[in-house]
Amino acid sequence: MTAKEPELWSVAVSPHVKSIESVEKVMWTVVACLMPPLILSIFVFGFQTLIITAVSVASCVATEAISQKCLHRPVTIRDGSAVITGVLLAYVIPPGVPYWMPLLGGVIAIFVTKELMGGIGYNIFNPALIGRAFLVATYPVAMTSAWLPPLRDAAIFKYMAPGVDAVSMATPLFVLKHYGLAAVIEKFGSLSTIYGNFFIGLRPGCIGETSVLLILLGGLFLLYKGYITWHIPVSVFASVAFFTWIFGGETYFTGNALLAILSGGVPLGAIYMATDYVTCPNQKTGQIIFGAGVGALTVLIRLKGGYPEGVAYAILLMNAVTPALDSWFRPKRFAPAKGAVK
Amino acid sequence: MQESLLTFPKGGVHPPESKTLSEHLAIETLPLPEEVDILLQQHFGAPCKPLVDKKAKVTEGDVIGEVAGGLGAVVHASITGTVKAVGASTNPVSVTTASVTIQTDSDAPPKSFPLEDWRRLPADEMKKRVKAAGIVGIGGAGFPTHVKLSPPPEAKVDVLIINGVECEPYLTTDHRLMLENPQEIIEGAKIILAMLGIKECHIGIEANKMDAVDTLRKAAADKVSDGVKVNVDALKVKYPQGSEKQLIESITGRRVPGFGLPFDVGVIVQNVGTTKAIYEAVALNKPLYEKVITLSGRGISRPANLKVRIGTRLSDIVSYLGGTKPDLARIVMGGPMMGFPVSTLDVPVTKTTSGVLFLTGDEIDSRPYSHCIRCGWCLEACPMGLQPNEIGIHVEAGRAQDTTKFGLFECFECGCCAYVCPAKRPLVQFIRLAKLKAKR
Repeated sequence: MTAKEPELWSVAVSPHVKSIESVEKVMWTVVACLMPPLILSIFVFGFQTLIITAVSVASCVATEAISQKCLHRPVTIRDGSAVITGVLLAYVIPPGVPYWMPLLGGVIAIFVTKELMGGIGYNIFNPALIGRAFLVATYPVAMTSAWLPPLRDAAIFKYMAPGVDAVSMATPLFVLKHYGLAAVIEKFGSLSTIYGNFFIGLRPGCIGETSVLLILLGGLFLLYKGYITWHIPVSVFASVAFFTWIFGGETYFTGNALLAILSGGVPLGAIYMATDYVTCPNQKTGQIIFGAGVGALTVLIRLKGGYPEGVAYAILLMNAVTPALDSWFRPKRFAPAKGAVK
Repeated sequence: MQESLLTFPKGGVHPPESKTLSEHLAIETLPLPEEVDILLQQHFGAPCKPLVDKKAKVTEGDVIGEVAGGLGAVVHASITGTVKAVGASTNPVSVTTASVTIQTDSDAPPKSFPLEDWRRLPADEMKKRVKAAGIVGIGGAGFPTHVKLSPPPEAKVDVLIINGVECEPYLTTDHRLMLENPQEIIEGAKIILAMLGIKECHIGIEANKMDAVDTLRKAAADKVSDGVKVNVDALKVKYPQGSEKQLIESITGRRVPGFGLPFDVGVIVQNVGTTKAIYEAVALNKPLYEKVITLSGRGISRPANLKVRIGTRLSDIVSYLGGTKPDLARIVMGGPMMGFPVSTLDVPVTKTTSGVLFLTGDEIDSRPYSHCIRCGWCLEACPMGLQPNEIGIHVEAGRAQDTTKFGLFECFECGCCAYVCPAKRPLVQFIRLAKLKAKR
């Protein structure tokens, strides 16, 4: 018998088959789900929104690449997570701000919030929201007044014409906070008109605050794919509605819960921000408490705080609670041994 | 489907089944190889002591390795021939194991085993025959069967479960056995019931094998005698349905406690292959020295369900099946979720080999892994309610000793977490590392 040439095959620890899902697939699907509101915003506010978003995404991706190079880490810009941060940052700042603001916000969001904390998976706070919070703290005037009125006649190129500056226009939540519901109706039409316009997306606000319909559709697709679960969005919506109903009116139990959900950043926050894997709890009970906390803090800031909108700070505050929620609420074990470490 | 399917409530995954490659292929018998390498440790426990020397003549079924002490199961010659070497061979799990190499005497007549009426045998004699036949849990665990069939008297066992789930993708061994040997399996179940002195038996089969469910129901109904009831339960297709603890919960609703054994909740589980081996040991006095294995995957020229002698080298099986294909990337002994890869074909089949998979690059996943993004999918997939994500992060941070609080030692390494992980993290590898470093 002749000696055979030994042929060594590669080995690896089981399982040898894995699901087709990947971080890239999840992230790019989220990016795709975020595109319809952007397209609508171009028709509603003009090309300004596209430029703001492009600057924000470019800033986030470039910051990630440069900081990973400097920190001697593998460059992971292809995974799409910096793109999501860029899109979300653009969606939570007013569309009339100067272009260097999303640029600066992107650097803070990625370099300070994400890469300095250890990169993807290790950041405590939602990067896009830290970017926004930084801009609100440093440039409060632009961040609270550079709103654009919706265009009725699809005059898309209006804002591209030279000499036309961003027109300041108060958001519905600002009017509601400072002048009351009657003023909102006076400015934006009857309640049923408001509900309809807000749902479709015809109102001043951030790109991501405008079309509740398109944000919900994107969220439903992510639910269908199993990339998010209902726990956080439903608990945020329910909690905002509940606390607004109790405390949001002239007297207790008369607040307008529907208006509270439709106006401002609740849908975007509940579906795309609060569900960020890295910064929300892993376990379902923890997720429901997290969502309820986001809703309660949002209402508290809206009614008592200095800002008309509180979703961003509410999520950031709950991000800080996430590690505690993860350690208090663990999955139910199959049948732990008596005396086993729990 | 009309009947409601039983299942376990928490976790589980649905990997592509890939069983169509071999599920329709009838069991064929591999011609005797020129040589076999019989490992002296094919079970959970201490290795056997060899009883033969070089150049000794052995007949198939002769005991060649005896239990050296403690837990173990005897090992038999699987062919008639001459002992060529008593040394060491490549082991599919540990690196090498003591082994006996036998050169086949191709002129020797095959041994025959006359049928006896087992119903006349006392339970002790039946257990003695199981022990003498060297039977172990051949579904994969390799726990000595005679030990499993002798629960402590305080255990109060009342249910026997025959595991015909075969939830690992690709494998079709148990499926073919149930289709082709239903009588032996039902008889084997009745033998076990008689040994344990109990009346209730459930055969659990995943609903992707409804032909096997029907076949066994018919076989069970044909033999309503003996005052026992053999139920055949269809189970939902969900991995790891065939895991002992999950199967017991699916069928009886009872939960085996952590670090506990099935008899703690009054159950004994046997695989269908083991059940058939028990039938052969008790009714035919035949030792366990051959078994049916699945050869599958897109990297082998001809997939098959083969009856082979224990100790047959993979190289002999591969050449019988026409060789491997050029895009073969990995050879796995067992299923793709929990099986062990081997680096060479110079590895023998053991009592616990359920199949050998020849997987191409397209069938395996070798994407690089990245940071945990804390999506929590592994928490949803884990059937034991553990936290594989935290164990992985702690191991990476050099804190393996802190992972017992996440349920480390309750993990049976089914691989569901690593299967669903979008970051492709080697969670089972992290868990094994943690088990080595953490104190129980």
